Amino acid sequence: MAEEDGVRRRDFINIAAVSAAGVAGVGVVVPLVSQMSASADVLAASSTEVDISAIEPGQAIKAVFRKQPVFVRNLTPTEIKEANAVDISSLRDPQTLAERTKEGKENWLITMGVCTHLGCVPLGAGEGENRGEFGGYFCPCHGSSYDTAARIRKGPAPKNLEVPEYEFTSDTVVKIG
Amino acid sequence: MARILSILVGLFFTVALAWAFVNGAYIQITEPTGPTAEHEFHLHPKDVHFASDGPFGKFDNQQLQRGFQVYKEVCAACHSLEYVAFRDLAQLGYTDAEVKAIAAGFSVPGVDPNTGESTMVPGTPTDYFPKPFANDVAARAANNNAVPPDLSLIAKARHNGPAYVYSLLTGYRDQPAELVKEFPGSKTPPGLHYNPYFANLNLAMPPPLTTDGQVEYSDGTKATVDQMAKDVSAFLVWTAEPKLEKRKQTGWAVLGFLLFATILGYMSYRSIWADKKH
Amino acid sequence: MSFPWANEYKPSHPFMKWMDEKLPLPRLVYNSVGGGYPVPRNLNYFWNFGFLALICLTIQIVTGIVMAMHYAANTAVAFETIEHTVRDVNWGWLFRYAHANGASAFFVVIYIHIFRGFYYGSYKAPREMVWLLGVVIFLLMMATAFMGYVLPWGQMSFWGAKVITGLFGAIPLVGEPLQQWLLGGFAPDNAALNRFFSLHYLLPFVIVGVVVLHIWALHIPGSSNPTGVEVKTESDTVPFYPYYIAKDGWAVGAFAILFAAAVFFFPNSLGHPDNYIPANPMSTPAHIVPEWYFWPFYAILRAFTQNFFFIPAKLMGVLAMFGAILVWFFLPWLDKSPVRSGSYRPTYKKFFWFGLIPAMAVLFYCGGAPAEEPFVMLSQIAALYYFAHFLIILPIVSAIEKPLPLPYSITESVLGHDEGAQLRAAHGATEAVHSDATPAT
Repeated sequence: MAEEDGVRRRDFINIAAVSAAGVAGVGVVVPLVSQMSASADVLAASSTEVDISAIEPGQAIKAVFRKQPVFVRNLTPTEIKEANAVDISSLRDPQTLAERTKEGKENWLITMGVCTHLGCVPLGAGEGENRGEFGGYFCPCHGSSYDTAARIRKGPAPKNLEVPEYEFTSDTVVKIG
Repeated sequence: MARILSILVGLFFTVALAWAFVNGAYIQITEPTGPTAEHEFHLHPKDVHFASDGPFGKFDNQQLQRGFQVYKEVCAACHSLEYVAFRDLAQLGYTDAEVKAIAAGFSVPGVDPNTGESTMVPGTPTDYFPKPFANDVAARAANNNAVPPDLSLIAKARHNGPAYVYSLLTGYRDQPAELVKEFPGSKTPPGLHYNPYFANLNLAMPPPLTTDGQVEYSDGTKATVDQMAKDVSAFLVWTAEPKLEKRKQTGWAVLGFLLFATILGYMSYRSIWADKKH
Repeated sequence: MSFPWANEYKPSHPFMKWMDEKLPLPRLVYNSVGGGYPVPRNLNYFWNFGFLALICLTIQIVTGIVMAMHYAANTAVAFETIEHTVRDVNWGWLFRYAHANGASAFFVVIYIHIFRGFYYGSYKAPREMVWLLGVVIFLLMMATAFMGYVLPWGQMSFWGAKVITGLFGAIPLVGEPLQQWLLGGFAPDNAALNRFFSLHYLLPFVIVGVVVLHIWALHIPGSSNPTGVEVKTESDTVPFYPYYIAKDGWAVGAFAILFAAAVFFFPNSLGHPDNYIPANPMSTPAHIVPEWYFWPFYAILRAFTQNFFFIPAKLMGVLAMFGAILVWFFLPWLDKSPVRSGSYRPTYKKFFWFGLIPAMAVLFYCGGAPAEEPFVMLSQIAALYYFAHFLIILPIVSAIEKPLPLPYSITESVLGHDEGAQLRAAHGATEAVHSDATPAT
């Protein structure tokens, strides 16, 4: 009996030692994985302030947010009307214009300039660029068309252009991120 | 044959070394190298302690904030802090708003959004501390032909760095008369300042901390020269290694685990070898 | 090959059987570091350092790959990218310190491994090839470490690169063009930094390759042991798994404790403060020293202060520095003693403990000290002994020394008796796989 106990105790020690080695292995993996995620300087640079005072209705600008383009668009009343006239239930990614803008600032459509299909930059923010058949943005890579609320209407993209976190710090300055 | 060859090669090297040794010894005896002023008058840094010292060391945020104030009001006029960003100051206990205000108090290089020309703009938290001089030539021109070194890493870039900075700041004095007597050629040249803690005894930096109360501390600490020197040294320990505290804390967790795992490993080794004499 | 009593790999799971037919990798592992590799039962802790060296190589490759993810080999930003890694990358400080101190740990381990070989005669037949490959690994390690130290582009990086490539300038006729070719310019700059980075990334994998050969060559005669008497019967050995896996395992733990203590509490003690100053080609540090693991060879380099007949001092120094390592290649043929282990060689043992070890200690010390007296003269004496030891003393001692009587077998040295083996030997059954060296008694 005593011998059997000895055997069991020995097995236990060996299993414990191997387990400890396993825990050490997992402990090493944590920093190894973590070192590849965004570093402190990258995270710190993840907000940007945009002066919107010079954007006339119907115009848009491209700003940079997290090293990617962000579209800031001053919608005309016609464009707002067009966007509100769409039957929400017919949309691929149902959202109203009001849900995609800030209250009282419905004319300011702020979206990422990154097509939700594979990440190209859609046309339509620059003067004279092709805005596609719905008057919003058009992605030339694979033909996704967005409407005046930057919602996906046609083409392969699955979602509307993403609206980043932002706030108006004054009437003329938007802080994105 | 191989043996003879090897002994011949061995003799080649050993005789050459013996020859060099004999020559060296002869020169030592005939023309012994005299002492130099640096050899005799250079002092090792004073013994000084900081909260961050030792395996359990932690930063004293109050002191670091005071040290930062000294840097900002005294050192920053000539010394850059290249690798430190304003956002890093949050680690000293400043709030986001305070960091923003500190950053805005510095002018950093930027671009005029209307003309595209280079200009100075107020700093933001993601900016790094600006350099006081455009380049080394400008720095030399303004500082008696010496470039004030960047201070971000100074605490690691000198032997016993923190104590060195403290000793240097508090070590200015008149050149000892016996030095000039013994080494008449080593009189401190005009424009330089005698400091026995500096490697060659004479440095271009005039004493930066001269009077008590030169900086007005908001936490009520009396700003003696000694206190200011200590505070700014502590601050420079932080700039050299902001992760120092985390490093030591992680170290204890890792060591604790390793000790436990190694004891298990040793017991496992003993049990496996129990029936084998070796 | 292996000993006839080695356990055979017998896969039981159908997948492992299938694998064994298609690609017998598990079999290779089993026969190399598993139950299929019989190892002398009497190895002492000096025999753990081979395994530890493998651990160090792994640490260096893993942390090095991480460092390379955040580094840029350009003189304008190299220093800054390292600071960025340390300050802003998640756990970057840990990888930086682990990689820098990992190099030191690797050399500590490898020096002990090499001196184990000196003392116990591990370089002797039938293990000459193991030894030769080991010296190649050491040379590759030195090249890798040197180039790695250049990458942060601090003051010591820059001046180290300048001084070491300057050594090649001492070679007659081709020296200067060779130095320029190595650097891709007149002084270390972008071209040099980029190629050093490329090679610093490549060489560790070359080392992995040579390590595989080193271990392969070791498995042909099997491991040596502290008595130097070859394995005779099964009772002389134990299978690598579980016996030596367990012993190496706990040794790795002990090593990890020391390594962690250095990384977390004294990460800069072995480095030079000047390397926290960005490289400045216009100003030389007061006192240039290489990393500590080069000190003995650096001391030998500096010991040659006099022209020797028509050979300039600088060239003598370079010849001697490389010669000091190259002489290790010839050890198996310089030391003719049939007895391997220093424990049974009274004269050799004295020269080892009272000659070679103190000489190395002095060379270590002087290599890190400034080039002034008395350090230069001390290193001259130590270097003189160093060369005399390997090239003069060793060949002569091995010819005239009278060794102590060897134990009949490993088992006898452990248990005090080995009737089994002697009985069988008396009946003419030779289990002995290698004929043992018989001392000249």
